[in-house]
Amino acid sequence: MSLLSNTTALLGKELRTEFRSRELLTTTVVFVLMVIVLFSFTFETSSESRRFGPGLLWLAFLFAASLMLQPCFLREQANDTLSALRLSVDDPFAIFLGKLIANTCFLLLTELLLLPIFAVLYNVPILPVLGWLVLVLFLGSLGVSIAGTALSAVSAQARMRELLLPLLLLPLLTPVLVASTQVTAALLDPAPYVEWKGIGFLAVFDLVFLTALWLFGEYLLEE
Amino acid sequence: MNPPGIVAAGLHFENIGKRYGSLFALRHVTLEIASGDCVVLAGRNGSGKTTLLRIAAGLSRPSSGSLKFSSAASCTKDGQVKTGFVAHATMVYDELTAEENLLLFAKLQGIPNAHGRVQLLLADVDLADRRDSLVRTFSRGMRQRMAIARALLREPSILLLDEPATGLDPHGAAWLAGTLRRLRDGGCTMLMSLHGESEVSAMATRAVRLDTGKVVADTASGASLKSILTFADA
Amino acid sequence: MAKQTIAAALVLLLVAAAAYAAFFVAPTERSMGLIQRIFYLHVSSAWTGLIAFFICFLSNLTYVFSRKPRWDWLGVSSAEVGVTFTTVVLITGPIWAHPVWGIWWTWDARLTSTFVLWLLYVSYLLLRTLIEEPDRRALLSALFGIFAFLDVPLVFGAIRWWRTQHPQPVIMGAQGSGLDPRMRSVLLFCWLAMMALMAFLMRERYQLEAMRGEVELIQREAEGQ
Repeated sequence: MSLLSNTTALLGKELRTEFRSRELLTTTVVFVLMVIVLFSFTFETSSESRRFGPGLLWLAFLFAASLMLQPCFLREQANDTLSALRLSVDDPFAIFLGKLIANTCFLLLTELLLLPIFAVLYNVPILPVLGWLVLVLFLGSLGVSIAGTALSAVSAQARMRELLLPLLLLPLLTPVLVASTQVTAALLDPAPYVEWKGIGFLAVFDLVFLTALWLFGEYLLEE
Repeated sequence: MNPPGIVAAGLHFENIGKRYGSLFALRHVTLEIASGDCVVLAGRNGSGKTTLLRIAAGLSRPSSGSLKFSSAASCTKDGQVKTGFVAHATMVYDELTAEENLLLFAKLQGIPNAHGRVQLLLADVDLADRRDSLVRTFSRGMRQRMAIARALLREPSILLLDEPATGLDPHGAAWLAGTLRRLRDGGCTMLMSLHGESEVSAMATRAVRLDTGKVVADTASGASLKSILTFADA
Repeated sequence: MAKQTIAAALVLLLVAAAAYAAFFVAPTERSMGLIQRIFYLHVSSAWTGLIAFFICFLSNLTYVFSRKPRWDWLGVSSAEVGVTFTTVVLITGPIWAHPVWGIWWTWDARLTSTFVLWLLYVSYLLLRTLIEEPDRRALLSALFGIFAFLDVPLVFGAIRWWRTQHPQPVIMGAQGSGLDPRMRSVLLFCWLAMMALMAFLMRERYQLEAMRGEVELIQREAEGQ
């Protein structure tokens, strides 16, 4: 009944549903893999791939996320389960919170699975900076999830929703793309360093949009 | 079905209007439903029955007018009357089992002893042996029973049903009628939309007909139940 | 009607005066010559576009809490006008860059950020075309508009910090870097003219939307009888 318990219950439902079918995860992983491989065909030398790798990695994640986040609220329309959720929770923010935490987990899982493949294809050393990489992956994915979950609720109520979500989401996530790429590139540099400004920036992005979602979420679900 | 602790409650629609753009779904609807009443809403498709029910359930906000609940006792959840809603759609997850579905909603609603309550409800709706089956595998009748079980989780004082008998075979319809009768006798106030006469409509204490968003006939003002249900123009 | 014509005439006069100032009053820039004068249009349009989007943001907020249709009308008007001005920025950039640098596009901070801004608000307008029901359309686009505007400082910040590290041609010099006082006055005057144009365009667009809304209202009232 409290926000925490409602969020936990909903998070559990999202995770249980996904791990039962694994359809979202498998298709997302394969999609990102495909994008990473295709991008690698466009490079000549290994120094080029090292330079462009981080940006393309994040671009691949963004594209994948904009596809993966579509079913988020669309699923709830099939049997009108969204109405059931709205009737059962005290604070509608719990619905968003449960979903965005689940989406962050799915994105992070996809990214961690693909990181070794990326390292091999693009000749980048990830082991020495693995901890920091996970941090930037987490902060970036969180930002993507927050914005994506919110906009998924918008696009579910419009026409052409398959195209609409990427259209709305990708420009909005430009700051995440820029900052995450920068931090990742710094970590994968021959002389790796931690771009603290970037990490702070990502945290600010996440906070701003989480707050916006908290303030306006209930209106997104209005009938 | 319901423990004797159900709290009687009524609801009052005061000049309710609802519009979507330039379309009026409801216009100047004023209806007083006393506690314990079993009211049937009749009307063609698009007459506003679903909209009125969704407003009563709290899913939709009226464009104008207000909705008030009245309750006899003071022991309601935070002073709010508990309602249950059975919609056209089942409002349960296909990818979860019957038990998982009810447990999820019970936990969300903060129902004490959720596990026990869920087992009780599953037994009441005759789905105990299918508790571990995914709802996806259920027949229409079984899904309807799931929907009702979900609506009854918090022991509502007011039950709202939107065409609950649609798609049910005679056996299912008989089960539904029996269940609703027991609830009504237990003190639950009911507002349901129906098409035509049936076993379910037979237990109504009152009927109201809507047409293009307005109340056009009401047994409370003398119209006959039969005429309202069968769309015969008075 | 007459008031409208007078307003239009005044705005036209102001814009003409600004153009005159840009071409004949402002001193010629040392290195770039004539083409540099497009700077006055470029920068004043950028500022005006941002202000239009800010007005859109305020209308969006007001709509969500009041649900009065006029705020939705103002929202779409200010968004369209904002997109118009940012389009001018995106076009004048390459027009300047090509004769001076020999390239059509450069990823300088202002141009890049403006491009993202343009994409965001084009999406806002596109979203509106994909929702039929007016109240739903108003609410959802207002909510997206709020998110979009919250993103604006983050876009500008990220691009300024991390997309302008490599030495890149900065279009028309860094903002306010040693601007000749006469140039500054001409710039401010041009900005004033752009703001007047913005207000005029927004008003026209708003009235068009208001007329549509009022027709709907009359329809509604007729049906309600």
